[in-house]
Amino acid sequence: MRMRIGLMSGVALATAAVLTVAGCSDSGSDNATDSGAANQITVYNAQHESLTQEWADAFTAETGIEVELRNGSDTELGNQLVAEGDQSPADVFLTENSPAMTLVENAGLFTDVNQDVLDQVPSQYRPSSGKWTGIAARSTVFAYNKDQLPQDQLPKSLLDLQDPAWKDRWAASPSGADFQAIVSALLELKGEDATRQWLAGMKDNVRTYKGNGAVMKAVNAGEIPGGVIYHYYWFGDQAKTGENSNNVALHYFKNEDPGAFVSVSGGGVLKSSTKQDAAQQFLKFVTGQKGQDVLQTGTSFEYTVGNGVPANPKLVPLAELQAPQVDPAKLNSPQVTELMTEAGLL
Amino acid sequence: MPLPLAVAAVIVVAASFIPLGYVIAASIATGWDTASALLFRPRVRQLLSNTVLLVVVTVPICVIVGVLAAWLVERTRAPGAKVWAVLLAAPLAVPAFVNSYSWVTAIPSLGGLSGGVLIATLSYFPLVYIPAAATLRRLDPAVEESARALGLGPWAVFFRVVVPQLRLAIAGGALLVSLHLLAEYGAFVFIRFDTFTTAIFEQYQSTFNGTAATMLAGVLVLLCLTLLVIESVVRGSARYARIGSGAARRVVPAELGWRYSPIVLAFLGVLIAASVGVPVVSVLRWLVIGGSAVWEWDAVASALVQTLGFGIAGAVVTCVLAFPIAWISIRHTGRFSRFLEGGTYISSSLPGIVVALALVTVSIRYLHPLYQSVAVVIAGYALLFLPRALVNLRAGLAQAPVGLEETAQSLGLSPLSAFFRVTLRLAAPATAAGGALVFLGVVNELTATLLLAPTGTRTLSMRFWSLSSEIDYAGAAPYALIMIVLSLPMTYVLFSQSKKVAGL
Repeated sequence: MRMRIGLMSGVALATAAVLTVAGCSDSGSDNATDSGAANQITVYNAQHESLTQEWADAFTAETGIEVELRNGSDTELGNQLVAEGDQSPADVFLTENSPAMTLVENAGLFTDVNQDVLDQVPSQYRPSSGKWTGIAARSTVFAYNKDQLPQDQLPKSLLDLQDPAWKDRWAASPSGADFQAIVSALLELKGEDATRQWLAGMKDNVRTYKGNGAVMKAVNAGEIPGGVIYHYYWFGDQAKTGENSNNVALHYFKNEDPGAFVSVSGGGVLKSSTKQDAAQQFLKFVTGQKGQDVLQTGTSFEYTVGNGVPANPKLVPLAELQAPQVDPAKLNSPQVTELMTEAGLL
Repeated sequence: MPLPLAVAAVIVVAASFIPLGYVIAASIATGWDTASALLFRPRVRQLLSNTVLLVVVTVPICVIVGVLAAWLVERTRAPGAKVWAVLLAAPLAVPAFVNSYSWVTAIPSLGGLSGGVLIATLSYFPLVYIPAAATLRRLDPAVEESARALGLGPWAVFFRVVVPQLRLAIAGGALLVSLHLLAEYGAFVFIRFDTFTTAIFEQYQSTFNGTAATMLAGVLVLLCLTLLVIESVVRGSARYARIGSGAARRVVPAELGWRYSPIVLAFLGVLIAASVGVPVVSVLRWLVIGGSAVWEWDAVASALVQTLGFGIAGAVVTCVLAFPIAWISIRHTGRFSRFLEGGTYISSSLPGIVVALALVTVSIRYLHPLYQSVAVVIAGYALLFLPRALVNLRAGLAQAPVGLEETAQSLGLSPLSAFFRVTLRLAAPATAAGGALVFLGVVNELTATLLLAPTGTRTLSMRFWSLSSEIDYAGAAPYALIMIVLSLPMTYVLFSQSKKVAGL
């Protein structure tokens, strides 16, 4: 019996030691547990980490409110918010595209965005419901290798890429939210049957990569003639070394083709947030002059959507892209995932 | 058997069944129609063939390379054998995803099955080499001499006498390699090779723990269990230990002569250059290209501190949890202890992605206060790395005679202080080795950390992953370098400890 007690206290002692260590590591991973702090908000971030970090740092410098980011993909974090429901630790949700915003909106988890925030963004870049707002935009492009594809061989429409002539000649990153947003636009514009058929053709033709950057890198290296990505990867790389894009040119589909789709990045405030004011302030900052300046002058090369802040002069202006009319609130992320799984792309 | 220890052991083993239980429960809840629609589709066939081919091709190559290398450094007078012996363990210090990143830098078109086999072989052959070398070192040369005296040539002796005695080492090493192949994520994403693990992660990112991901996880679990069964059949029940008194003599190493020495040196040289040289040169090259700008000291320091914190906490917790099981299996052998050990092996063969999926679901639904907490991450590490601690703890406890503890008690020490001052001290080096192995596992872990970590966490591997995913290879290089440097001493501990463990 004495032996038992001895061992038990031994284990207890060891456990205490562990808890001490765990405690230390806890304070090491600072703020992990004190997300309840008054002067701090938690942002579920599916936008590029570097861009949101820039916004967060500038916001903190102006207001003193700390911003803690949890990074993930659009659909992952969107579904995570739905699973967490009203117990979510998140205050703000930012995405690269709009389908995941719609997902969270439909679950009834967003509060209304303050009118003074909405007033900063023209109505075509936000949903009519006012449950979230656009914060930036990105245009679909066909990036191609200049040595491998002469201009007269470029696809006229995104839909051409399902043709057997394009077998093993184009690339995409189907697991990414960017590509899934394009598919959701296709679904909204052309309907379920056409989308299913296009995805089946795509499955036969496409070479898949992880991330749009990897697609562009492959096109640049001549591994594959072209790929469907968003415009800013090229501009970003050109602004740096050009190492991954010097052999690449961009083809804009225009003509209100599904391939000319302009995707709106969204931002919303969670109803369950206990820091409504700070959260709204953050959205106001991002869509306001200073936040949009980050897009105009920074290194992200995404389109500005705020009033009176023109896009980076290096970009083809949004108005010239002849994008198809799509209400961002109608894009359906679960159905897209389902169709893509069915097609064997996920 | 002390009741509290037995209870503790049962609780740990039961907890380690949470991931398996989650997959089974979710599969049942899904219903046959949905499940079969998700399981019997072309994508799953493609993933199955990719994953099975990867294992079937890579494992034999790892066995051949590992055993050959072990034989060369242990049984021949290859020039510099002592140095090679240590160098051949070093690839374990390079996380597989860092290795892949380096190779993709050197050969951008690397991909598909051949790329997967190359990266996996270079990353995992030491898992066969280390136990094979340890076993070769203590084989009794008398058996081989008898075979030779009975007329067998050198090749026949090697294949009919030496190799069969390596069966335990090869089977164990091959099992470890296969489980790593099934669990690896980052390395295969870099080279665009889809396996069940990469597909589960993609599904997870598309739907946050959806049914499709869980069904894929179910297939992955079945693959792992199949491997466990194969290994136990291959291992067989033959005896390998010396029986009777006397000690084995040291083997006299074979002379290679001027003809074979260059070939052997070339083989070992290429192996080390490919597995350690390429990653180190590649990381250094990116560091030079990136210059001082890539050293964002705040971010680097905080990632280092967090990684150390997770590693130490993971190591301590895992060792403590493994203790009751190790104790029972050494001091109270029998059906109960075999059941406990078997249980930990089954559950720990599950890949990090499955464990993480289960813990996310369980914590969000039933243990909400723990959701996204450090506690859940540490629990995940404990489930994944329990056997690493268990194997070493058991060896350590077995080397501490019960008699000494009893003598200490009869001399007036309380049982507790007798335990602490005698047994625990004797078992300390082995425990430290187990802890070091868990630490190594935590530093190189990616998928479970990505899914479970609290908001704001950025470990070295998370930083590396996030930067390299944005094709910022230069920015990722400092984190790769630190991971390698952190892992080196642990790899050395593993290498030197393997001699002692093999001796049991």
